[in-house]
Amino acid sequence: MNRLQTRREILGAGALGVGNIALGSLLAQPASAALMTEPSHARPKAKSVIFLHMIGAPSQLDLFDYKPTLQKYHGQLLPEELWEGLQLAFIRERPKLMGTKFKFRRHGQSGLELSELLPHLGSVVDEITFIRSMHTEQINHAPAQLFMQTGFARFGRPCVGSWVSYGLGSENQDLPAFVVMNTGLIAGAGNSIWGSGFLPTVHQGVEFRSDGDPVLFLSNPRGVDRARRGRIIDRINQLNAIQLADVGDPEIATRIEQYELAFRMQSSVPELMDISAEPASIHRMYGTEPGQPSFANNCLLARRLVERGVRFVQLYDQGWDAHSHIAKNLPKKCGQVDRPIAALIADLKQRGLLDETLIVFASEFGRTPMLQSSAGVAAGRDHHRHAFTVWMAGGGTRGGNVVGQTDELGFDVVKSPVHVNDLHATILHLLGLDHERLTFRYQGRQFRLTDVGGKVVHDAIS
Amino acid sequence: MDAMKTRLFAILVSATLLVGNVGHASDSEARIETRIVSLLNQRCLECHGGGERNGGFSIASRENMLLPNDSGKPAIIPGRPDESELLRRMETAHDDERMPPEGERLSNSDLALVRSWITTGAPWDADSIVAPWSWQKITSRSHPRVTARDWVRNPIDTFVLAKLEDAGIQPTPPASPSQLLRRVHLDLTGLPPTPAQVKSWQADPSDAHYGKIVDQLISSPAFGEKWARHWLDQARFSDSNGYQADQLREMWAYRDWVIRAISADMPFDEFTIRQLAGDLLPDPTLDDLIATGFHRATTCNVEAGVDPEGNRVDQVIDRVNTTATVWLGVTLECAQCHNHKYDPISQRDYYQFFAFFNNTPLEVQQVQSGVQYDFWGPTMQLPQPADVSDLHASRQAQLKQLEKRQQTRIGELNAVFEDWLTGIERDPERWTDTISDGLSIERNKRSEQQVTKLRQHFHRLDETYTNRQANIELLKQQVAKLEPSTTLVMVELGEPRSTNILLRGQYQQPGPPVIADTPARLNPFPADQPRNRLGLARWMVSGDNPLVARVAVNRWWQEIFGEGLVRTPEDFGTQGEAPSHPDVLDYLASELHQHDWSLKQIIRLIVQSSTYRQSSVQSTVARDRDPTNQLLGRGPRQRLAAELIRDHSLFVSGLMSHRIGGSPTYPPQPDGLWKQTGRNEPVYEADQFDQRFRRGIYVIWRRAAPYPSFVNFDAPDRTSCVVKRPSSNTPLQALTLLNDEAFVEMAQAMAARVLQEDAADTIEGRVRYAFQLCLSRDPSAEELGVLRQMYHDERQRLANDLEAVAELTKNPLPLAVPAPKDPVEWAVWCCLANVLLNLDETITKS
Repeated sequence: MNRLQTRREILGAGALGVGNIALGSLLAQPASAALMTEPSHARPKAKSVIFLHMIGAPSQLDLFDYKPTLQKYHGQLLPEELWEGLQLAFIRERPKLMGTKFKFRRHGQSGLELSELLPHLGSVVDEITFIRSMHTEQINHAPAQLFMQTGFARFGRPCVGSWVSYGLGSENQDLPAFVVMNTGLIAGAGNSIWGSGFLPTVHQGVEFRSDGDPVLFLSNPRGVDRARRGRIIDRINQLNAIQLADVGDPEIATRIEQYELAFRMQSSVPELMDISAEPASIHRMYGTEPGQPSFANNCLLARRLVERGVRFVQLYDQGWDAHSHIAKNLPKKCGQVDRPIAALIADLKQRGLLDETLIVFASEFGRTPMLQSSAGVAAGRDHHRHAFTVWMAGGGTRGGNVVGQTDELGFDVVKSPVHVNDLHATILHLLGLDHERLTFRYQGRQFRLTDVGGKVVHDAIS
Repeated sequence: MDAMKTRLFAILVSATLLVGNVGHASDSEARIETRIVSLLNQRCLECHGGGERNGGFSIASRENMLLPNDSGKPAIIPGRPDESELLRRMETAHDDERMPPEGERLSNSDLALVRSWITTGAPWDADSIVAPWSWQKITSRSHPRVTARDWVRNPIDTFVLAKLEDAGIQPTPPASPSQLLRRVHLDLTGLPPTPAQVKSWQADPSDAHYGKIVDQLISSPAFGEKWARHWLDQARFSDSNGYQADQLREMWAYRDWVIRAISADMPFDEFTIRQLAGDLLPDPTLDDLIATGFHRATTCNVEAGVDPEGNRVDQVIDRVNTTATVWLGVTLECAQCHNHKYDPISQRDYYQFFAFFNNTPLEVQQVQSGVQYDFWGPTMQLPQPADVSDLHASRQAQLKQLEKRQQTRIGELNAVFEDWLTGIERDPERWTDTISDGLSIERNKRSEQQVTKLRQHFHRLDETYTNRQANIELLKQQVAKLEPSTTLVMVELGEPRSTNILLRGQYQQPGPPVIADTPARLNPFPADQPRNRLGLARWMVSGDNPLVARVAVNRWWQEIFGEGLVRTPEDFGTQGEAPSHPDVLDYLASELHQHDWSLKQIIRLIVQSSTYRQSSVQSTVARDRDPTNQLLGRGPRQRLAAELIRDHSLFVSGLMSHRIGGSPTYPPQPDGLWKQTGRNEPVYEADQFDQRFRRGIYVIWRRAAPYPSFVNFDAPDRTSCVVKRPSSNTPLQALTLLNDEAFVEMAQAMAARVLQEDAADTIEGRVRYAFQLCLSRDPSAEELGVLRQMYHDERQRLANDLEAVAELTKNPLPLAVPAPKDPVEWAVWCCLANVLLNLDETITKS
């Protein structure tokens, strides 16, 4: 309590600048919320978010949105009226329609259909809301990734994780509010898709890594063991405290605390990242192998992070951009993610955490119902912005549920279109934040994640 | 429960602050026209302003408002409020009819305002959107009367003191000589003073001596390196393209140009003209062209399937927005999709401004006929020293000659190729893997590819051919290394593009055409200037322009005091913060005009002032009265920028290379950070020797993955223009300074330096020296005690732990000084240096 009061004094006294106030995020103080116009705008259903972004974009038509009519017209030319004026990234000549090679099966009580490539996800389908009417504005990867994460197709805006960190802060003293993990290469838009834009830099995502230091610069250099590091930090803080007494700048008090926190993180983060102590049943469930970096490991780590109060966990997985060879690429990629994602849902559920953890599965766009490359084994699909599927589970969403509908070819949305702004508004809403009131003043105006758009998708909410 | 209380507390604090921040002009004083315009703009503009005319009703002008709308009747009948649909729809109790449909209902006082406005005939003044204060002419102001006149060194002090005296606050006493010297060194060069410099200054801390020091610092080459940094943030200068794969681009010559221009105190008007339009000057020099890199620094998307035109429009939008932010402090981008809601800028103004930048070529180019694209756009070769270019030419000639001879040899070989083929076809035992594919097929059925493969195989059997080919490859490598460096420049198309308003800011939705022009309410575009970038640049620096000088001096002030006189440097409009000291701002702006746009003149004025020379110590009383130092009653104290933290530690460790300019440096960074999707991704390899220890401004800047220690200290990713970096305080910063290999090396080198250079050869002498190196002052007895105790403690432990000693002193790099003879002593000092380089004061200017 004493410490809290000191912090309040500090905030009240010296740290009115944006950068200073925001130091709270990493310290679990809800000071970051100080910049909101209101507290939690509605009763929150979710406390934390795990956002799974499949970089490159999987094919919704081969996984989530089965179209019998498309199967029927497989191999025929795309109707002239759809082709006219259509802007595509790669296809330059009027393409042929392409049905799916994969079988679909019904699952669960809801009887929802899923591709045979996702058998494990089928086992938890009753927890999921599929939004089949998603659409976006961008057809190239990097701008579309920026759009999906920041609501803006050019650089410079904060991503959804940063907005959430800014709005709600962290519930853990020793961990950042917003953690990012990558499997494979980093998205085309680079680190900017977990950047904080014009928000204070404490709200940018902190990358936790499977190779080398789990957090950059976490481990001590050679010759410095934990005891020596402890002594060095003690001396630093002793000298900083003398300076604080002389100068009176509250920033020095903050710096002292940050060195203490850094020291704690040096043990808490490796402990967190070490999954070897998880029981064998959990490893079987997720398909994890300690010490072998994988998307499955990151799913398990995501659970460990939200258990410890991390607000927003972002997992990126690379390798979904199948302009050709879907037949080979998609089974391989699904093989990597299907089991762990299903396990994550089931595991959170068995721990009673699914109700307060929102899982979002998305990509920057979808894929065309038309063939790209040559037919047969080489067949692939181009980028498609007009209709694709994202899904959500837990965190107050409705299970075994479908929102929206595409036309018979899966080309366009015909019912309940959901824009990227709408998805963002819904995520914020489930966290108890009103997307129109979560604002930050910059360049003389109140910026929001959803710019001037955004409608909460109530059909997705239980 | 506790958490909730805390949060509510925080919100209460912030609510008070937000209210406090908004400068309200007294409503009752404003004319009814002004108030009504402001109300309608705030609540109706979205659907009924600019290009929008929902229901047929538009507030674009009075004439428009009085036109019949979709219902066939006008919404306003002047003089008759009860017959005016506008008021009825605002007052109605029916939710589905009420205007505005979203947000709060209009307040009773707003409704009364509308009623009385219609009653008085709905007067409307086209110029009613009040231009912000910053759009008024710069005026020289009379100096206020102050009591403590002794304190005043120049007019900055008069204005500052007057405000302090009004508030009943005393200025803080002057900083100690060592604090002041460190401050002015860091502000002017980004490097701390040496212990010897501190000593010489302490012997004579007179104004005259101070003036001399300022002159020396301001004319040192390090000045340009320090002051280029904030400009490069605004220029979003980087060594890569951004977006997928984020390939490297070569344009460090532009960065060097900025350093040179600032070091030479190039007048800010010329600095402006060259960067915006150096290519359009008559007979541009090489430097004039390099300077245009400012706007080539924008990001460029070359991912497969990109639309080159879409990319180009994005780049122009970035150039427009950046120009407006950097030179005008105007949030022009708010008018990209509709009229600006608060400042007098229309959507038309936006695209008229856009037209100035709309005449450069596409910057991505299709690779052959597919959907792959390459970075393109105008590139210029940089001149080389004569001996290098001579060597380049002679190697090229040699290469050409060899290639010619090789062609002859190939001809000779081809003449006997068929004979060889016939022979080998009959002898399958001689077939190797490479050729068996082709040979197993009948001769006239082989594909072209297979024939080529066979032919190449046959060539390689020839010794003359193979040896010569090896030489050719070697020469090619040498020639590549001798290629001149290049840089990106602006080029104007011969035939200008026509520009249209882009509806909703979308390039696929062109609206009415426009011609290049500047915002109507600012100074008029000079009649004798061409309507291109050159004319635009001259319009900005014409002296009539009220914004450019104010915006520039404000940023310079911010670089020194941490906060600008206007604390929203990106927005000098009505929604930005008002200046804390309008007189100081205008005084400095007119000084800038009168002194030939000299940056150095302004900086001299600032650092000479008593305002600047105050101590930064905060008493509890002072902190409570003015927590953010808005009244400038104390000296500046802020953490150094990311690059300067590196510079500072490099400098005190003795490792720093003083080489200015050239290709970027790659300091050590953790493995595996460059691993991004896309073609031709570059690889990171840390530099060795001098190149490794260059100043932060030269560190490779890759947008997708900027140098991580800079990121942790709030550096932007340089994907877009940034005029003010935040200053955070996080555990990641602690981890960086404690553990980053770059800083570990610096600690090792600093330890070696302390052991080498200290003449006194006592523990206390060494501690004092090391302390002075880092903090430019003597330690107090207490501080000395902490470090001395640490020394003895670690000395005792390490004497018994030679393994740790070996590890602490393991340094593969050549040191600036010889490795100390006693490794235990060196290891102890590595720990002490680690402490000193991590102190808050070390990374702070105070």
